Amino acid sequence: MPFDVVAQQPKLLYLLQGVAAFAAVVSLILLALHRGPVRRRAAALVLLAPALLLLTIGLLVPGLRTLALSFTDRGGDTWAGFDNHVWMLTDHRALVALRNTLAWVVLVPLASTAVGLLYAAAVARSRFRAFALSLVLTPMAISFVGAGVVWKFVYAYRPPEAGQIGLLNRLVVAFGGEPRQWLVDSPWNVLFLIVAMVWTQAGFAAVLLTGAIRAVPAELTEAARLDGASPGQIFRRITVPSIRPTLLVVLLAQAVGTFKAFDIVKTMTGGQFGTGVLAHEMYDQAFRYGETGRGAALAVLLFLLVTPFVAHRLRAQRRTG
Amino acid sequence: MWSGARLALAVITLAVTATACGTPQGSGSRSRTTADCAPYARYGEHPGTEVTVYAENRDREADLFEETWADFAHCTGIDVRYEGDGEFEAQIQVRVDGGNAPDVAFFPQPGLMERFARTGKLKPVSAGVAALAKQGWSADWNSYATVDGTLYGTPLVSNVKSFVWYSPTFFRDKGLSVPRTWTELMAVTEKVAASGVKPWCAGIESAEATGWPVTDWIEDVLLRQQGTDVYDQWVAHEIAFDDPRVIKAMDTVGSVLKNDRYANGGFGPARSMASISFQEAGTPILSGDCAMHRQASFYADMWPKGTGIGPDKDVYAFLLPGADPANRPVLGGGVFTAAFADRPEVRAFQEYLASADFARARMRKGPFVSANRGVDPADAATPVDRLSIQLLQDPRTQFRFDGSDLMPASVGAGTFWKGAVDWIGGASTRQVADSIERSWPGP
Repeated sequence: MPFDVVAQQPKLLYLLQGVAAFAAVVSLILLALHRGPVRRRAAALVLLAPALLLLTIGLLVPGLRTLALSFTDRGGDTWAGFDNHVWMLTDHRALVALRNTLAWVVLVPLASTAVGLLYAAAVARSRFRAFALSLVLTPMAISFVGAGVVWKFVYAYRPPEAGQIGLLNRLVVAFGGEPRQWLVDSPWNVLFLIVAMVWTQAGFAAVLLTGAIRAVPAELTEAARLDGASPGQIFRRITVPSIRPTLLVVLLAQAVGTFKAFDIVKTMTGGQFGTGVLAHEMYDQAFRYGETGRGAALAVLLFLLVTPFVAHRLRAQRRTG
Repeated sequence: MWSGARLALAVITLAVTATACGTPQGSGSRSRTTADCAPYARYGEHPGTEVTVYAENRDREADLFEETWADFAHCTGIDVRYEGDGEFEAQIQVRVDGGNAPDVAFFPQPGLMERFARTGKLKPVSAGVAALAKQGWSADWNSYATVDGTLYGTPLVSNVKSFVWYSPTFFRDKGLSVPRTWTELMAVTEKVAASGVKPWCAGIESAEATGWPVTDWIEDVLLRQQGTDVYDQWVAHEIAFDDPRVIKAMDTVGSVLKNDRYANGGFGPARSMASISFQEAGTPILSGDCAMHRQASFYADMWPKGTGIGPDKDVYAFLLPGADPANRPVLGGGVFTAAFADRPEVRAFQEYLASADFARARMRKGPFVSANRGVDPADAATPVDRLSIQLLQDPRTQFRFDGSDLMPASVGAGTFWKGAVDWIGGASTRQVADSIERSWPGP
């Protein structure tokens, strides 16, 4: 359906009202600060108030409500104690989702950072750096849903006697193998989904790491070379230790992003064949099955799992910044 | 000042252009009708009102619906705003919780509709709709839209799921006749297998709904082996999901679907059905690589363009037989309308949808099956639709609704589908049935 301005008029009007209200609030605050002598602390408070208010409405309240919902039953209105949490840690499918999520969180950051690092090391000092980087960044420009659809085709299965439409099976058949149902055979299908995620994420790692590698002082590598170090030694002993902070940031950012992996699983397998992850299982429980309590419990678990990563990142930022 | 004026000019130009582009589409459905308004007089005049409809049908199906009620909208002055969404099942909950419920929703599963009726979000039907429901549909059909004695909606679409699609030419060439009992069906199966062709083809891939065609198979066989009472008890969880009678039905299905000699015709080993979409699964019938494909009446739309459907055409369908040809168990599904609002215009629209007039008008537009008593099978767009309507209207037919649509969604649209996939993948019947039984939510 094309975007119809007339049909969308009420929504646009709301938007306009929202923007106007926001502008009014900001002007009021600025005006209040402008008038008369105000203490610095009070001024900070006034300036922070809108952000705090929005955080409370948009983050704190829903978060607490989700926590409360995780203790309720299906409809979300009767107390159910720890039933949902017990279910989550004993149900076969929920455990499979947990196992898969852990596999994703370990493998995606490691694999995409490794691929990104090798790529960065190869192109950092090259003349075609800009071109090479834009090439590896292209998958990032594609949405996860788009990437999922593309990879679903790569793994497509057709019977041996028919023509293969999937790239991977086509290669397998060309080398004399039997076509396989890549997305169906558990647990390896989880790895094939992870490959799709790594494909979208490696570019991000490559770009950040290229920048970091270029920031390594040339004197250091030069001195190492004069001392007779091989390129491999320089990479291991000089480059990698020098870019350790960036490596860590990349790894953690990827890990946090991977916890929320949803789109690729939804488009490629819909969580079937034992490929579900927590975020997808949460969506299924809460919205498709109407099991609000279970969905909320999974959301809380996801939150708890992400927290250490975010906390570590914040601490690291405070140290460096 | 100058830049401000320029900005304003730009905004106005943009708005005017957008309006000019937007207008013709906005009034599309109303402008093309010059209908006789007499049949719609009973729904009253509601000029300037709007009814929002939310459903999962998109593209052509949605267009056909909109064309069907265009006259109604024109004559009553109601602006019917239809929105189709492939994510209906999940999004309807989000929209209702968010206070953004549509006026009318088309529910493909009674179980889902019941969830909203129980939380008090749905409005019970008006007396007018209740009268139409009583007149138009059998007590069975109305019972699917009834929660605790209150009627919340009416059937909109009906379909028959117990069909076996086949190629009349293939059957004639191999000297086969359409089986009338389960034993005959197995004899045909064995005969085709002996001739070197895998008799059955199936595909169960359907995104996150992958597995549902297998659950239909199991329901159909249980209905035939144990009759309607056991079937009803099983769906209502009065007997366990892994009751020995259910295990028997699953094993019967397994002897066909999990048997590499019998399936999966045209696609390879039996397990290949997990990768084959249900839409394309029947196509090997056209090339003679497979003899039979058990799939619903709506599969008529999924044959490649130009495929003739009829007793002497490329493909046709017979009813999956039971033990005794005198019994006619039919498994089916349907879509139900229900309203989240009770404004007069919403009531009028719901009443129109509940009428036989609507079903007849929709049938004239293209393939469509309604269980409404007022439709004439002769008006059906395809021979299979005609057969479906005849079956639905036949008093000897023992109609039962697709069980997975009546079970709690976490089983019927969750563990049952997923279990069916595992089962096709090689898991044992006992193991799968047990795990589905354990997943049944508490009271």
